[in-house]
Amino acid sequence: MTKPLIQYFLALLLAPLLPGIINRVKAFFGGRRGVPLFQLYFDLYKLARKVPVYSRTTTWLFRFGPVAGLAAMLCALMIVPFGGRPSFLSFEGDLILLVYLLGLARFTTVLAALDTGSGFEGMGASREAQFAVFAEPAFFLALAALARGGGGLSLSGIFSNLTPAAWLTASPILTLVTASLFIVFLAENSRVPVDDPNTHLELTMIHEVMVLDHSGPDLAFIFYGAALKLWTLGALIACVILPRHSGSWLVDSGAFVLAMFALAAAVGVVESVMGRLRLLKVPHLLMTALTFSILALIFQAGR
Amino acid sequence: MLLAVVSVCVLISGAALALGLGRDPRRSSAAGAGGAVLASLIGLIPTVKILLVPAKETLSFPCSLPIGSFTLALDPLAAVFLLPVFVLTAAAAVYGLDYLKPLAGKKPLGLVWAMFNLLSASMVIVLLSADAVPFLIGWEAMAASSFALVVFEHGKPQVRKAGLIYLAAGGFGALFLLFMFALLGASSGSMAFSALTRPAGALASAAFLCAAAGFGLKAGFIPLHIWLPEAHPAAPSHVSAVMSGVMIKMGIYGLLRVLAILGAPLAWWGGLLVGVGAVSSVTGVLFALAQHDLKRLLAWSSIENIGIITMGIGLGVLGQAWHIPSLAALGYGGALLHVVNHAFFKGLLFMSAGSVLHAAGTAELEALGGLLKKMPYTAFFFFFGSAAACALPPLNGFTGEFLIYLGAFKNIGASSPAAFPALLVITSLAATGALAAAAFAKAGGSVFLGEPRANRFEQSHDAGPMMKAAMGALAAGCAVLGLCSPFLLKPLAGAVTPLTAAFPPAEAGASMFYISAGALTLIALLIFAWALRRALSRGLPPVRGVTWDCGYADPAARMQYGASAFTQPLTDFFQPLLHKTRSYPVIAEYFPGTASFSTEARAVFYTHLYSPAGAQLRRLAFRYTWLQHGRLQFYILYIVIALIALLVWKL
Repeated sequence: MTKPLIQYFLALLLAPLLPGIINRVKAFFGGRRGVPLFQLYFDLYKLARKVPVYSRTTTWLFRFGPVAGLAAMLCALMIVPFGGRPSFLSFEGDLILLVYLLGLARFTTVLAALDTGSGFEGMGASREAQFAVFAEPAFFLALAALARGGGGLSLSGIFSNLTPAAWLTASPILTLVTASLFIVFLAENSRVPVDDPNTHLELTMIHEVMVLDHSGPDLAFIFYGAALKLWTLGALIACVILPRHSGSWLVDSGAFVLAMFALAAAVGVVESVMGRLRLLKVPHLLMTALTFSILALIFQAGR
Repeated sequence: MLLAVVSVCVLISGAALALGLGRDPRRSSAAGAGGAVLASLIGLIPTVKILLVPAKETLSFPCSLPIGSFTLALDPLAAVFLLPVFVLTAAAAVYGLDYLKPLAGKKPLGLVWAMFNLLSASMVIVLLSADAVPFLIGWEAMAASSFALVVFEHGKPQVRKAGLIYLAAGGFGALFLLFMFALLGASSGSMAFSALTRPAGALASAAFLCAAAGFGLKAGFIPLHIWLPEAHPAAPSHVSAVMSGVMIKMGIYGLLRVLAILGAPLAWWGGLLVGVGAVSSVTGVLFALAQHDLKRLLAWSSIENIGIITMGIGLGVLGQAWHIPSLAALGYGGALLHVVNHAFFKGLLFMSAGSVLHAAGTAELEALGGLLKKMPYTAFFFFFGSAAACALPPLNGFTGEFLIYLGAFKNIGASSPAAFPALLVITSLAATGALAAAAFAKAGGSVFLGEPRANRFEQSHDAGPMMKAAMGALAAGCAVLGLCSPFLLKPLAGAVTPLTAAFPPAEAGASMFYISAGALTLIALLIFAWALRRALSRGLPPVRGVTWDCGYADPAARMQYGASAFTQPLTDFFQPLLHKTRSYPVIAEYFPGTASFSTEARAVFYTHLYSPAGAQLRRLAFRYTWLQHGRLQFYILYIVIALIALLVWKL
């Protein structure tokens, strides 16, 4: 019981490090020194102590959005395995609950954005709702392709069934699944090439524009929730690319955390070497992810 | 059992009393609503008893009906449907008291209440019948009473059109059902359900297709749905709640009952149902996304949910055909659970839409906005129901879909023959979930959030106390059903027994337990996050300002993102399916003064499928107008000739 607890708190503690790593990698590619690695921790501390500004248009729903978003992500983090080991909420079909918890976070964020009555935030909300329509089936089918390999319907069961040997015999399937999950990961976390977290033009933003009006502790909740989402979805990819191989909990966990950091670095590389897509092209990218998932399923059927 | 019959009698006497007191709207409303509530409370007793202790109670009346007998039976399968019928009848009756009050003296309220009670009574009769004859009598009474309610506002031409389409759809459906019962009863000569048997060979498939078409017309399977998005919004809102929440489920009930009679289904039946369900759910929610009228959007969302239920039934049939007991159990079980869940949240949603209509005088999404401040309770109930409709935990919409997902996920392995349908179900459910979230965010966002788009809603008020009480009860039901899902498996096991005996599989029980645990954890985390948020504010009042509009000095309510704008990226992407029509003025001058834009997505199937078919039929009928000349004497002659022909044929 203590191990899942330690894992959970470790994830809570380390999650805000991921955006820091991404920023440092981007700074490296840009030839800059970049912001400190722990900048998000400082930001969270600063924001938590501020007094928020609320628009007169907004209602309780605007204040409820960040709270519900954070609660949903805290709950989702209880489901994802940590280095292939189960967390608290591990059961047959936990992957379904995970997807719908992400849906809950999205739904409340979208409603909070619409509550401001701003055209820009409505725009962001509309895009967020649109991309989810393509990302969710891709995500589900990628998980289905993994589940088809055996190990039951719980994420920890699936990942503990995934051995290094699977990468030898079924590498095309796992590569496709990883690629699909990575695209969904970038889209859901509003990273390049779907969204640019650094953009300064409200017209072109997606996630950032939805939270334009949030400030103070509410914004801190949103930032922290986003870091947890990065961790939650990243953990699935890390579990695929790093099948458990040693018996020691310490070694596995250490390797898993390193894999998470490597994943963040990979995101930084992607953001450095390519621009963001035109908005109209984003559904095409997500369709690619869906296609990868379907292909992985077809290959899995041929095994 | 006897109490269920008593509740039917109370409903019918309530109807008679309401009609008799029609002169005095206040007393006739009290009689109608009081009868409905009393009958529901009486009826819930045997329903809950049968659900807790599965049994089958039969009651035969000595009076004989032509070719049938008056036999009633109450078993767990009927009880699963009776529960939402009684709950929604009571809630809608309480709600209707406030809702119809402003119409006293302007509309014949006695008639409305009589028809409302008759609608509920006929649904109970349909569910209790153990013989085809009372079943069909109830079925037709249901169609007739709901027709009367649909044409409540018969002054509007589109309502009259909706009524006509509804009447035609009901008639066609009944024809299929007559044919189906003829096939099932051909060998035994009795119309009691216990005597109906599966016809031999291909006729079994014919009977199944008739059931799918006849019951599908009532349930609203796409492409048999065209009456639904017209008729449901036309009725008064509390009736829409009953129609969308439970009346269309009578089609689902009939389908399940006939599947139980047929037994040993063929695999392609299940494949057909999965396909129809997938098409209905995805297309239904896409059309919901494209609507501008709140009640019409909800009606399309009902088609979506019927699709989800049908996919569950389809998986159940496949599980039976391929002897995969866990798939059969999870498919049927998930479908039945979703039947109950949908009744609660869709009833709640229609009632909150009705409150908006009541307060603002319109349910047009593009005209509303910012109503949350005027009607906080209604807004809360609408968002609550929306979250349930989007299957978001911890509310009840999630649990039924979870069982269907679980059944599908268990069978994606290469060893299962059901892998392809299972993947179709998973993909459709995932896409439907995301689209439903977009549709409800659009609906709730444009009605309740932001600033009012027109200032004529200054006088809007929140729902009356009765309306709030009814909505509150349904919302509480949504929460309780969501949190108590492990306890629902045992009643469901009784209900699916006529179809498959293997419910619930042990792992489903464990998963449901964890779902409840997850839901409780989520609520605890919500409270924790809320407390943390309060602690961080240290009691300091927040600063009030204006919404950040990027430095623009004079933002106006009209600059908000509208409902159509919100969904435009998605509806454009699916334009080949939706066939939206748009109209905008051609700008011919340099400084155009006014401009208008409208877009409409409503009737692809009607204009592309039924309208041409109807025109063809009419052309054909015109050739035989010489037969139909309006002289009664000749018509009697036709009947006599037909009788003689039948006698000769039989002899």
